[in-house]
Amino acid sequence: MFAWDFMQNAFIASTFIAITCGLVGVYVIAQRMSFLSHTLSEIGFAGAAFGLFTGIAPLDGMLLFTIGSSIFVGRLGTDESQRESSISAVSSLFIGLGILFLSLSNKSASYATNILFGSIIGISLQDVYQLVVLSALILISILLVYRYLNFYSYDPIGAQSQRLKTGFLSIYFLLILAVTVSIAAQIVGSLLVFILLTLPASVAQYLGNSIQKMIGISIGCALVGVWTGLYLGYLTNWPVTFFIALIEFLFYAGAYLYHRHSMH
Amino acid sequence: MTTKPLLKITDLSIAFRDRKLIQHLNLTVQPGEFLAIIGENGVGKTTLIRTVTGQRKPEGGTIQFDVPAKKMRFGYVPQFRNISEEYPLSMRDFVELNLLHLRPWLTKKEHQRVTNVLTEVGIENIDNTSMGQASGGEKQKAYLAQAIVNEPRLLILDESTASLDVEAKNELMGLVKKLNQQDGLTVLFITHDLPLAKKYADQFLLIRRNGQYEEKPIDQLDTTQDIQ
Ligand SMILES: Nc1ncnc2c1ncn2[C@@H]1O[C@H](COP(=O)(O)OP(=O)(O)O)[C@@H](O)[C@H]1O
Ligand SMILES: [Mg+2]
Repeated sequence: MFAWDFMQNAFIASTFIAITCGLVGVYVIAQRMSFLSHTLSEIGFAGAAFGLFTGIAPLDGMLLFTIGSSIFVGRLGTDESQRESSISAVSSLFIGLGILFLSLSNKSASYATNILFGSIIGISLQDVYQLVVLSALILISILLVYRYLNFYSYDPIGAQSQRLKTGFLSIYFLLILAVTVSIAAQIVGSLLVFILLTLPASVAQYLGNSIQKMIGISIGCALVGVWTGLYLGYLTNWPVTFFIALIEFLFYAGAYLYHRHSMH
Repeated sequence: MTTKPLLKITDLSIAFRDRKLIQHLNLTVQPGEFLAIIGENGVGKTTLIRTVTGQRKPEGGTIQFDVPAKKMRFGYVPQFRNISEEYPLSMRDFVELNLLHLRPWLTKKEHQRVTNVLTEVGIENIDNTSMGQASGGEKQKAYLAQAIVNEPRLLILDESTASLDVEAKNELMGLVKKLNQQDGLTVLFITHDLPLAKKYADQFLLIRRNGQYEEKPIDQLDTTQDIQ
């Protein structure tokens, strides 16, 4: 299958994206931000549609919208009492905007399908470069604050009492999350980023009891998912996203059952 | 004593908007002292500590350590932690969280230090158990281990014994007393358990609801009084 350029491109891009999502996802789960990352990806959908409408690349539109809104969305996430309703309201608004931009852009329905459900096969070399650079940026950003981010994510109260700059870390991670959501959407689509962002990390949380192990398991699950998904997509011509979703679901179900079993 | 106090609080006032908590507090804490901070719920014990550690600014007065505040090494076990049953990290990993530097990994020496504190508090045999599955007493020991892993000079415990049974309470306090006596660690211990304070502390600071306070040697603590 690697005889084809488009498969090579897809393979390289999804490898980097899987590593990034697997790593970032561990912190998303630790900080209980699944819901919030889903909202960010819906905002990303509006951004991608805005890109189609204005003629900029969908990924750039997504980055623009997710980064621009991430800090605001993070604020919403901290107010416990109104969290769900306010986040749902924001989601609704941006999905609405996305639909508006799609219809105004007069593009065929396949563009909408690609944005919503992913389109890794057929990605250009140019896009691969951009995705690799963005992934590398995220990995480096996390490495730079690794131990601080660990403390903040796994023991925010302890971190605060040791005078860690938790406000800064929270914003820093929201920006990382915004970029991660945008690049994850390039494989699995903006409505399904949790397939790569939260499922592998949830598996890791069930099976691992150290941060390193969890990162390893999470990245492993994400990688196996995208590689197998690409391969099966290539063989069958069915959507890659379907296979990735199926594999991550199986991992999750297996880990969940194992976890329940070993607890009782 | 003639030594320079580790902590000197002068004319400290703490308030939330129009709600006055502590007014004109003067207090010195000597190195190696074990001070119990006593008072009913809501008198401002936790807020006092958060002010002392620099998490919030006082409404008046000053707080001085014997070194610049930023350089003061302290370990602080806060009152509330939300560790659910599903919390994945092992006791060891939980303690390691407090080893902070740019280098992502730990050195051999640091691993050894973690092993040492786990042994010191008596949880080295269950260091691989996840925190979510640990008992209340074991969790408190892990919190203590995390707080002392950086070899602090000041240890602050905020109601660490509140949810423990008598046996676990005394075990934890025994550990703290040992750190206090053997390593000369200065301890601020917040509680509203008067007999427990009397058993382990040297001095007490009693804060009342009206903002009045008294600071005395522990043998002058009347454990039968109503501390309202
Ligand atoms: N951030 C805050 N804003 C407003 N009031 C607060 C805040 N934190 C604490 N308080 C109030 O200050 C009082 C003292 O709280 P606290 O220091 O937690 O008491 P204690 O630890 O002695 O039980 C309480 O009445 C509490 O409601
Ligand atoms: Mg308190």
